[in-house]
Amino acid sequence: MSTHTAADKDSAAPANNKTISLPISRVRLIMKSSPDVSSINQDALFLTTKATELFVQYLAVSSFNNGSGKESNSLSYSDLASAAEETDTFHFLTDILPKKILAGDYLKTLEQMQDEEADN
Amino acid sequence: MAERPEDLNLPNAVITRIIKEALPDGVNVSKEARRAISQAASVFVLYATSCANNFAMKAKRKTLNAADVLAAMEEMEFERFLEPLREALEVYKKGQKGKKEVSEQKRKEKEKKNETDNDKSREEEDDEERMDEEPEAENDAEEDVEN
Repeated sequence: MSTHTAADKDSAAPANNKTISLPISRVRLIMKSSPDVSSINQDALFLTTKATELFVQYLAVSSFNNGSGKESNSLSYSDLASAAEETDTFHFLTDILPKKILAGDYLKTLEQMQDEEADN
Repeated sequence: MAERPEDLNLPNAVITRIIKEALPDGVNVSKEARRAISQAASVFVLYATSCANNFAMKAKRKTLNAADVLAAMEEMEFERFLEPLREALEVYKKGQKGKKEVSEQKRKEKEKKNETDNDKSREEEDDEERMDEEPEAENDAEEDVEN
């Protein structure tokens, strides 16, 4: 019997890999962490997992295409932060992808603001 | 429920592979960028779930279904995902149907055996349950190699 099940698994595995690579169980856990959600059917779970994969591809590709690293062949955090800020569909990411600014620059703007206040 | 906060992360090795496959060959993705995309993916799941749940609630249903998820994609302005999602669902359903037929066959075989040997078939059921689990340990090992 054990050889039986092993053979079945082998034949099913390549088909599964083709459609989905993220673990469905983990996606279910994230979905269930939302307090309003009571239950999710199998198709909805599959679609959300697949959509997440498409989203990762889309976010990576559009950040790279609109980013600064095209010449150097690299994708950096700031490319992602720009995508979140500039692309409408990625706007919901601005909270978790804040634009980084240098401490020095921040101090300068702070000084400027104080100067302006003093002038007034 | 999620017991540790890292349970709400998606496996880094898989996320990295999806990013690499999507970008042109040889693009270097910084560690920070990979982490950011992974977090963005988790937020995407939550956002999609919340949108889909709104549609289910409007229809007075407690269970999220495929139509709710597709409606959520439209609302989130990810219409570009609709076609690939429908196609993938089609393939997935065919696969599930095939699986069902196989397990149906097994069940019948088991019933025959059941008549002769009860204890043995119980063991077999346990084995099958274990086969369905995701091989997450493998993913983690892969990650170590890449870094």
